[in-house]
Order: sequence, then C-alpha cells, then structure tokens
Amino acid sequence: MNLQLIGVNHISAPIEVRERLAIPESHLPDALRRLTEYPGVDEGLILCTCNRVEVIAQSRNGSTDLRSFWREYFRIDPADYEPHLYDYREADAIRHLFRVTSSLDSMVLGEPQILGQVKEAYATARAVGAVHSQLDLLLTRAFAVAKRVRTETAVGSSAVSVASVAVDLAKKIFGSLRGKHVYLVGAGKMSELAARHLMAHGAESIFVANRTHDRATQLAGRFKGQAIFFEQLYDTCDRADIVITSTGAPHAIFRREHGELFLSRRRNRPMFFIDIAVPRDVDPAMNELDGIFVYDIDDLQQAVSANVADRRKEAERAEAIIESEVSRLQARLQTLQVVPTIVSLQDHLETIRQAEIDRVRGRLGALSPEQEMAIETLTRGIVNKIMHTPISTLKTAAREAEATTVIDLIRRLFNLQEKKPVKTGTGSGAKG
Amino acid sequence: MPILWLRVALGCYAVGLLYALLALTQRSHLLNRIALPAMSLGMVFHFVSLTESVLLSGQLALTSVHNSESFLALLIMAGFMIVYLVYRTTSPGIVVFPLVFVLTFVTVTGQQPFLLTSPAVRSSWLFAHIALIFTGYAALFLSFGASILYLLQERSLKSKKAGIMSRLPALEVIDEIGYRALLLGFPFMTLGLIAGLVIAQATYGRVNLVDPKILLSILMWAVYLVLLYTRWNAGWRGRRAAYLATAALFSAIVAWAANYFSVFHGFVQS
Repeated sequence: MNLQLIGVNHISAPIEVRERLAIPESHLPDALRRLTEYPGVDEGLILCTCNRVEVIAQSRNGSTDLRSFWREYFRIDPADYEPHLYDYREADAIRHLFRVTSSLDSMVLGEPQILGQVKEAYATARAVGAVHSQLDLLLTRAFAVAKRVRTETAVGSSAVSVASVAVDLAKKIFGSLRGKHVYLVGAGKMSELAARHLMAHGAESIFVANRTHDRATQLAGRFKGQAIFFEQLYDTCDRADIVITSTGAPHAIFRREHGELFLSRRRNRPMFFIDIAVPRDVDPAMNELDGIFVYDIDDLQQAVSANVADRRKEAERAEAIIESEVSRLQARLQTLQVVPTIVSLQDHLETIRQAEIDRVRGRLGALSPEQEMAIETLTRGIVNKIMHTPISTLKTAAREAEATTVIDLIRRLFNLQEKKPVKTGTGSGAKG
Repeated sequence: MPILWLRVALGCYAVGLLYALLALTQRSHLLNRIALPAMSLGMVFHFVSLTESVLLSGQLALTSVHNSESFLALLIMAGFMIVYLVYRTTSPGIVVFPLVFVLTFVTVTGQQPFLLTSPAVRSSWLFAHIALIFTGYAALFLSFGASILYLLQERSLKSKKAGIMSRLPALEVIDEIGYRALLLGFPFMTLGLIAGLVIAQATYGRVNLVDPKILLSILMWAVYLVLLYTRWNAGWRGRRAAYLATAALFSAIVAWAANYFSVFHGFVQS
C-alpha cells in the first residue's frame, strides 16, 4: 500500500488559506484527471468542502509525492500553505480518512453532512475512473466505519445548537410538533432561527407580535404566518403551544397571572416558553405553574454545552472503534499484497509438476487407473510439501512490516515473474 | 401443571421487575433489549397456566382468589401490550411490571385456592361481572401508572436537567396514554358493576346497598367518574390528575379488599 493524504482543514488553516485552495465543483473532474495522470499516481480522490481540501492518492511504488502535485496544480506560493498542510501516509492516512468520514474531524463534532460530502467526492472520482481497486476498498470501508460509529456511539445524536435544543425540548413536551402553533414575541434573528427549526419539524403555523408592527408583518410573511398587534398579545397568546420571546422590554412581559389565565383558557394543555431575551421576558415564577415550561437562554445554553460534552465523551469511544478498524483494514490490505505471489508460486510449481509427468509418462508404458492415480497423488504431495513453508512464511509476513522484503526474496528464489498488483475491488479471486 | 407454567411466567416477569427497578437509575442495554421479549414470553406462559387451570376445574374458575389475581395480572399485561403496540414505548412498564410481578408472585406462593362461599357465584353472569370489572381495574392501574410517569417527566422538564428521564415518552404522549386508558376502562367498569347488580337482583330479589363491597364499589365508580369528568372538562392533568388517579386506585383496592368483609363476596378456604 502506498497511500498518501495531504490537505488543509479548519483547524490547520485559516479561511484565507482555505478559500484560495478551494476547488470549484465544476473543476473537480478535471482536477481528478490531472491527479491520476500525474507520474506514479494510480488512483486518487479529492475532497473539497468549506472546511477542508484534501487529496488522497494511491501510488505505484511510493516514490510519488503529492506535495509536488499540489504545488503544480494550485500554483500558489508554497510558503502560503506549507505551514498549514498536513501529510499522512499509510495507516495515518487511513485513520485520518476514517476520522473525517465519521465526523470526528468536523468543526461541529458529529455533524452528519460530512459523510454525504465524502460520498459525493467518491462518486465524482469513480465517475472519472480515478478510483478503482485499492481506494475503492478504502472508501467503502470508511463508509462502513462511519456507519458503525453512528450506530454504536451517540456522537451525532444530541442537539448542539440553541435552536435544536429548543426543538428537542418541544418534542419532549408535545411529542410530535404536528398541529402545534408557535408564537414569536419580538422579531429577532435568534427567535426567527428557532421558529424556522420548529417549522422544519412540523409545527403548524406561526403568529408574530412585535412592538413595531411592520417588522412583525415582514417576519410573518416569511413564514406565511399571521402578524398580531402587540396590544392583543395577552388575548391571543393562549392559542400558541410554543412561545418564543425576544423583546427588549426592561421588565418581564409574561407574569404568573398571565400564565394562569392562559392555562385556564387552554384547559390546562401545556405551554412551552422559550425566553431568549436579556433581560428576561418571562417571569421565572411562571415555571412553577403546572403545565407551563419556561426555558431561558441560560437553560438552553447549558443544555447545549452538556450535549457538546456528551459528544466529546462519545468521540473517545469512536476513536477506539476507528483504531481497531484501521488495523483491520491494514491487515486485509497486506494479505492482499501477498496473494499474487502465492498464486504465481502455485502456478509455477504446478507447471513444473506437469512438465515432469509429461516427460517420464511415455517411459512408464500402460498403467492401470490406480497407478495413474498414485502418480498424481505422489507428485501433488511433493509439490504441496515444498510449497507449504514459503506460503505460510508469506502469510505471516503479510501481517508484519517486512512483507515486501519476503515477497521479493521468494520471488527471486523461485524465479517468479513480476505480475500486476491484484485488483482488490473484485475481492481476492486474483489470478495475477 | 398450571402452577408450573405460572412459575415460569413469574421467572419471565422477574426480568421485567428488574428492568423497572433499574430503568430509572441506570441505563442497562441488555435489560432494555430483553425486558419486552421476557414479558411477552411470561404472558404466553401465564395464559397457558390460566387456560389449563380453567380446563382442569371444568369451570371458569375466576372465583378463586388466586386465579383472579393471576387473571388481573394478565389483563394488566395485555393493557400494557396494547399501549406498547400503539405508542411503541415500554415506559409504563416501570410501574406496570412490578405490580404484575407481585400479583403473580402472590398467586404462585399462595396455598390452596380460596373459593367464594356464596352459591350465587355459580351463575355464568358472574364471569362477565368479574372479567369486566377487572378490565376496568387494569385500565385504572395503567392510567395511574401513566400519571406517575407524567409527574416524573414534568419534574425532569421543570428541573431543566435532562437526565435518565430523557428516555420517557413525551409529556403529551404519556397524558394521552393515561386518558385513553381511563376512557376505555370506564365502560368496562360500569358494565361490570351493572352485571353485579343484575346478579344480586336475580339471586336475592333486591340489591343490598349496605353491603360494604357494593358500597365501596359504587364509591370507586364515583371517583372514577370524577376523574374522567375533570380530565375531560377542565383538562386536569399532572399533579391533580395523579392525585385523583391515586384516589381512584385506592378506592378500587379498598373495594377489592372488601371481599373479606362482604357477605356475598366472602372468600373461604375450601
């Protein structure tokens, strides 16, 4: 395996560097073609997202350096990107790819988009024929690892933004958000974002009340909701199941008695107040009422940081999974490496055996079928006994670093011809 | 044989009991996975046991205390399974499993079955009476279980700490389970009581209203009705609903215990 991965990401490089290295989607097939035509490169893949630019290549003999390809392709002063570039080989490259695909290397740990982005990069590379055997195996494995991480750890399962925590809480109260009404009191950016999330999860409709009514009409229009005059707030608020407040009012605009009023009008159906205003719009005493749940910005942010901490803890378990998968894949690739030699060794000895039988067969005269059988068994037995040690040595060596040395040695000892490397994409049924 | 099958069922229910005890304190993935299959298996053995004992005695022998407790346990489990099939949640098990276990346990460890003394019990109306009332009990208990879960979930949401409660179903879902159980149970309870009155009327020509059992049963029915009414009309839920459900369940238990004082329902060792 002569695998190399170089690139920059959001940790290693600032946006100023990344934006200069970004490859537009339309240029990607061309870039891939140039990569595979680069001397020594056998297969290649380019991953380009807003957080990373990475080039992975499998080369024929390991003499190729992707850095020179990178330099020629981007034509940027190396001093501008060199300090930010990471360069992984073999197991390190596999590990990095697994971590990226499993979203352990993402800006938001565990976010789900990256898997799709890697899959797209893979599809593009396949379409232009840049990926076939070894990289194909590697990528397929990376997707399987990402899936394993997703199912066996909770690294991507908790909400890590204020808006998504709000949606989670609403679901904890109402179950489904279908048929639920959302009331925006004050028309800030943050409450709009939360409302958008709630709508995306099935909330039915939106009311907007704002001190400047025009702004309310604008925002309501964006959600196909209903703008309500601020003076009518208390008369209409009980229609909503979820109330998001973000006014600049210096005092609480919802007090306990309002809560009691809403509850009696709603026949005690629960209400969820999301208060993202500072100073707070909802009197904390409201939370004491049965059926009213009040979360202020601190509560939401605490939930976010608790979830982020959870994800970090889960990420540690994910790292362990990846570590074991890297060694598994490495072992598999190394075994594949010795398969052609084993096959040609078998072919070679079988040819010798057949030739020798043919040579002496004439001198033996007529033989009974039993005798024919005996000769066959005898010669096969000898050949197998001779082959046994070299083959088991090869198999053992495959699991260790000295594989290439042993392969070379055995090839020389038996005078085996150089064969093309095995196509791993089609499994192990390799006939050199 | 019936007692053997019942013991096997009890073994299965023990898994559920363990699940219920540990569910609120820690996550046990193994228990989560096996609790439901174990309880389903328990139900099958339980059903076999009950069927066999009915076949052996040649009559619908619900009139013995132990069989009726076992029957009640099976009905409660059936209610739980219906909730599971509709809502895909095993959370009510936290309350339901221990009760099912205790009821079955009492049956298994009990000595000879008690039989009702009154000759009135030979009537086939009686089966309807007991089965209907017990279905009502099971529904009432499920509803009670749901209101406990409601309180737990409400407390967890109010405390703003997502902990172990985060695995409970959503508040409104729990509420719906409780309300529907209540709603479905009420006609059974009512018809069961009517069947009882019919039996009394037919046997004695009159209904003895001062019999403690009958008195308490009517009281229980009234509490049940109040519970339904407040829920339906004022949308009472949460703490207030839980108090009422507790009251209804308590009066149901008292009405059940009244068997030991009642002339008609008195059990005696055979």
